[in-house]
Amino acid sequence: MSLLTLDALTVIRGECPVVESASLTISPGEVVGLIGPNGAGKTTLMRAALGLLPHGGLSSLTQMPARNRAKHVAWLPQAREIAWPVAVETLVTLGRVPHLNAGQTPTAEDRAAVSHAIQTMDLTAFKDRAATQLSGGEQARVLIARALAQATPLILADEPVAGLDPGHQIATMEAFRALSRTGTSTLVSLHDLGLAARHCDRLILMDRGQIGADGPPETVLTQQHLRDTFGISAHLSRGEHGLIFQPLEVVRDD
Amino acid sequence: MTRTMSRALFPLLIALVAILFFVSLLTGPAGFGPGESLRALISGQGDAVTLVMREIRLPRAILGILVGLSLGMSGAALQGYLRNPLAEPGLIGVSGSAALGAVIALQTGIAASFALALPLAALTGALIATLLILALAGPRGGSLTLILAGIAISALASALLSLVLNLSPNPFAVSETIFWMLGSLSDRSFTHVWIALPFMAIGWALLLSLGRSLDALTLGEDAASALGIRLKHTRLTLIVGIAACVGAATAVAGAIGFVGLVVPHILRPFVGARPGRLMPASALGGAALVLAADIATRLILPERDLKLGVLMAIVGAPLFLHLIYKTRREGI
Repeated sequence: MSLLTLDALTVIRGECPVVESASLTISPGEVVGLIGPNGAGKTTLMRAALGLLPHGGLSSLTQMPARNRAKHVAWLPQAREIAWPVAVETLVTLGRVPHLNAGQTPTAEDRAAVSHAIQTMDLTAFKDRAATQLSGGEQARVLIARALAQATPLILADEPVAGLDPGHQIATMEAFRALSRTGTSTLVSLHDLGLAARHCDRLILMDRGQIGADGPPETVLTQQHLRDTFGISAHLSRGEHGLIFQPLEVVRDD
Repeated sequence: MTRTMSRALFPLLIALVAILFFVSLLTGPAGFGPGESLRALISGQGDAVTLVMREIRLPRAILGILVGLSLGMSGAALQGYLRNPLAEPGLIGVSGSAALGAVIALQTGIAASFALALPLAALTGALIATLLILALAGPRGGSLTLILAGIAISALASALLSLVLNLSPNPFAVSETIFWMLGSLSDRSFTHVWIALPFMAIGWALLLSLGRSLDALTLGEDAASALGIRLKHTRLTLIVGIAACVGAATAVAGAIGFVGLVVPHILRPFVGARPGRLMPASALGGAALVLAADIATRLILPERDLKLGVLMAIVGAPLFLHLIYKTRREGI
């Protein structure tokens, strides 16, 4: 059974389609990278899939009642909003909101999920600090921990590693990888194609609102796709350290 | 440390409100002793002391608590929803429209025709403002649309209020109106308590039901929505709840500002900044503040009828300026 099915998903803004007839399926246990240049429609695709935008076509997520959807999919928006100086642990506990009934206080299971998420994102030392007093990258990790604490079979993350140091970028991708072994899938938009190549099972390339390619990294990161979509050339090789991707230079259309 | 403070906070606030309630009962120009006053209140036989205690001071103290609870909770709820520590119910035009309704009732003489006319007119004003804001902000409008709609309604209410006073043929009614708008708890009866209480109780229940939604909104509207929070339902509940609270409070006490602004600011650190917990804390804090200020009006200038709204503004405005400065410095 798939965790997410999009069928001809279309989002129109004004006259022009921002996402045009996008179809894809995500199965359990996958780390799927969503790549594409700025304005290709990555964020719009994910928000529409969650039912946060009016859209045409079909998303399996919008068929669910809001509460069930929140137990099925966690959403990590690109805007890293933390409105109040709440403690890191309190913020991460917000991920348990879909699992709690009205007025219910967190159970032992909730607290375990929260402390596991805090450990995974290397935040134990910050647990009692006000989240707003942390650095940008640390706040990003707190918000990722919040999404992990939601303990859903599917995570949609919009550029979660932007602004993180290399160690925590890799740790985050490895956290998604570890989750995939237990059946949890992640759809993660990325600008760092090197990370995408190394840490994703599958890449989906978006180009001007349409899905241009969908498959294993080697079949998506071809010279032709890179030139047509990103306007760059790149080095891609598989060696003893796995897949290595390095962008080289801007290619001009003549 | 925060957790211990948080646990002790509610008993402390309740104790503070209880103490101020008794001080309010025992404060007044009649000058009865405390024992005599309380005896008259509980087992009096219709003499002057009993009359003063039961018909003047008791409703006044109860109204202080009700108005404070409503204004404090409304401010915390609105700030939580808008994620803006400088927001207050006056901002979305509910207070202004409630005042307009009341002023129209005073100026047209409807207020004198039957006892409940004034409060009902203020409630109607608050309700119209609520419906207008909902229509303006639309089904998918975000916080910004709500604020802009609120500013527009406030401006309109203020303009219409000026127009009513401008065209008033009766200078006595104008001065009565202006005095009413200053905000006060003096000369109130149990009639005021009974007209305000049902609306306030509905408002409290609606706002308190939003605790978890407001907590989730800490992460922004998108993330909250994906956590299963129904944003439209939250917004509707918030607006009706605030209209009920602020409309009823304005109806019985006139315009009293700064309670919903200052109290949440002071109490926020003691509840770990959680918007859901801040609501009941601010309600109790608001009750304490209104009771204390109302006691102060009787102690500072006992023979001049110092208005509660005026005192609150004089104390509240500088504190508010300080808070703006502090907020800017901390970059929150």
